[in-house]
Amino acid sequence: MAAAAVAVRDLWKFFGDYPALREITFDVEPGTCLALLGRNGAGKTTLLRLLAGFSHPGRGEVRILGAGVRAPETRARLGVLGHGISLYEELSASENLHLFGSLFDLPDPARAVDEWLERVGLSRVRDGLVREFSRGMRQRLAIARAFLHGPSLVLLDEPFTSLDDRAIAVLQQVIREGLAAGCTVIMSTHQIREAMELATHAALLARGRLLYHGPRAPEMLADPGWLYAQYGEA
Amino acid sequence: MTFWRHTWTVLTKDLRAELRTKEAVNASFSFAITILLLISFAFDPTEEMTREFSGGLLWIVFAFAAVLILNRSYARELPNDCLDALIASPAPASAIFLGKALSNLFLLLAVEAVCFPVFGIFYNVRWIGQFWPLLLVVVLGTWGLTVVGTMFSALTVNIRLREVMLPLLLYTTMIPGLLASMQLTVHLLAGEPLSTAFVWLRFLIGFDVIFTALALTFVDTVLVG
Amino acid sequence: MRKSIIILIALLGVGWVVWNLHTVLLQLPDDADQGPVYRIMFFHIPAWFSAGIAVFIALGSSIGYLITKNLKYDAVALATTEAAVAFLTIGLVTGSIWGRISWGIWWTWDARLTSALVCWLLYAGYLVLRTAIEEPSQRARISAVLQIFAFADIPIVWYSIEWFRTQHPGPVLRGSGEMDGAMKAAVYANWPALMLVAAAFVLLRLRQEEVKREIDSLRRIVHAG
Repeated sequence: MAAAAVAVRDLWKFFGDYPALREITFDVEPGTCLALLGRNGAGKTTLLRLLAGFSHPGRGEVRILGAGVRAPETRARLGVLGHGISLYEELSASENLHLFGSLFDLPDPARAVDEWLERVGLSRVRDGLVREFSRGMRQRLAIARAFLHGPSLVLLDEPFTSLDDRAIAVLQQVIREGLAAGCTVIMSTHQIREAMELATHAALLARGRLLYHGPRAPEMLADPGWLYAQYGEA
Repeated sequence: MTFWRHTWTVLTKDLRAELRTKEAVNASFSFAITILLLISFAFDPTEEMTREFSGGLLWIVFAFAAVLILNRSYARELPNDCLDALIASPAPASAIFLGKALSNLFLLLAVEAVCFPVFGIFYNVRWIGQFWPLLLVVVLGTWGLTVVGTMFSALTVNIRLREVMLPLLLYTTMIPGLLASMQLTVHLLAGEPLSTAFVWLRFLIGFDVIFTALALTFVDTVLVG
Repeated sequence: MRKSIIILIALLGVGWVVWNLHTVLLQLPDDADQGPVYRIMFFHIPAWFSAGIAVFIALGSSIGYLITKNLKYDAVALATTEAAVAFLTIGLVTGSIWGRISWGIWWTWDARLTSALVCWLLYAGYLVLRTAIEEPSQRARISAVLQIFAFADIPIVWYSIEWFRTQHPGPVLRGSGEMDGAMKAAVYANWPALMLVAAAFVLLRLRQEEVKREIDSLRRIVHAG
């Protein structure tokens, strides 16, 4: 059997003496789309930041695609889209993508950049500075930035929050195509329909603990608050 | 090889972003010139006086100018959470650091390049005869300033009072490096050859090497929590 | 239990210091050259020794924190750095008083004085940096790196400033300026006494830091709901 896309073992994260995450253990199989649910302060962002290698766990271990989180080969296969768009205001759309293309050691960055500008519908403004972009355009460019290097694992922190319609459509499309190609997606989300439609699995975090991790049940789609209610978190 | 390519990528990115807005360079440049002129006006120094305090004056001006550039170095990555994307990329933190430090070096050298003629004119100092040794000293001293400063820029990027903490830490740590640069500059501006102040040159190189090594070793610890 | 140990150590230390004061003030004669003011040396010299030791422990525990991520090491680093700054302050103040009487000036930019002041600034900077960081783990990590930079800077500072003419009296414990045996004994006796007082202080601060971490943690639990 191939290594799990993400394997988390007895993971703890402390801020001072306060455990923001406690004894978290779970596996994510390749090709799944996991929706990470939980209220504000439940530890969703902390968990995603650990998976992305932005911080080290206090205890326990995270393996991504069979390797350590901070290993360069892991990071080359990781796509991250956080709260911020992670784009430089003073650079143009194509310069931004070129920058990340070369940081990710793409063999043919120019082609990847052209392709992704086309996919997110920004070819026409490729030389425009991000500073001058509308909110929706920035969001689409951020999606292109996160997926540019064809990652095998994508971590999205509240990806659908405050996106405009067109960006939502683009993101859904990109995630669908990624999943079809065997990419693994983990996204934190409030109870948002767009995310649940894509998810094959769901996990619920509360006060730093993992309460549920399993397939997405049909009930979750009909009533986004259903899972919370099951665990008395409503 | 990949390391240097990443360094180059970050270096060109930082320079390009800075040269489009020129925020830091303009501030740094006007500040440096203003101080140079103010001191010349306030003290109206004789040639003898100038010779004695020229090194101190120039390097204090450079250190002030440096902070205006260095404060922006990692802070530039804060809007839009760009720092996260850099850390998530396969580029090692040390390569990113080196790219940023080199970009700061070039920006600061550019500011200093304008300061020298202004200094020469307003203080009536002829330094052109010592151009090459002076260039060597300025590059070495400025590298010390930028490597320690870029490191402290990374150290303070996520904390309150960033703008205050950076100069506080930088100036104290830089005292030996600044001292050596000042000694060498005074020495050269007095028309003496570099060879008679070789100990200070060696000392300055040692300072640069030690802090470059420390910064490259610890920058990952600072940025990845 | 722990509280009574701290009190015991503190009483022992203070008692010893008082006993030494008795010896120094009432039993030892005035110095042949310096007169009564030389007695300040019985605090001045041990203070520098103690500061040196505190700085080493602070470095060790900072490295310990970076390796283990155990916040107890961070608390030790903080407490010993505070002790070091306190001892450095005692050293500077006693030295200044002595200088006023023996040299007729409060301060001079002599090599040792300058180096000592720079060290004081380095470690004071460490303490100031800590106040600017809210989250305990981040604070521990960032300040541990700064601690390493500060420590690495000490020999460089010392070396660079040593190259200026020095005015400070030569070593008095050995060599040509050697003290009388009874006086030397009193200097050595006051060192462990001051160290005991410092140990009590450090233990007290460790306790405080522990409580502070607990409060911070409880506050986060409340906020997390």
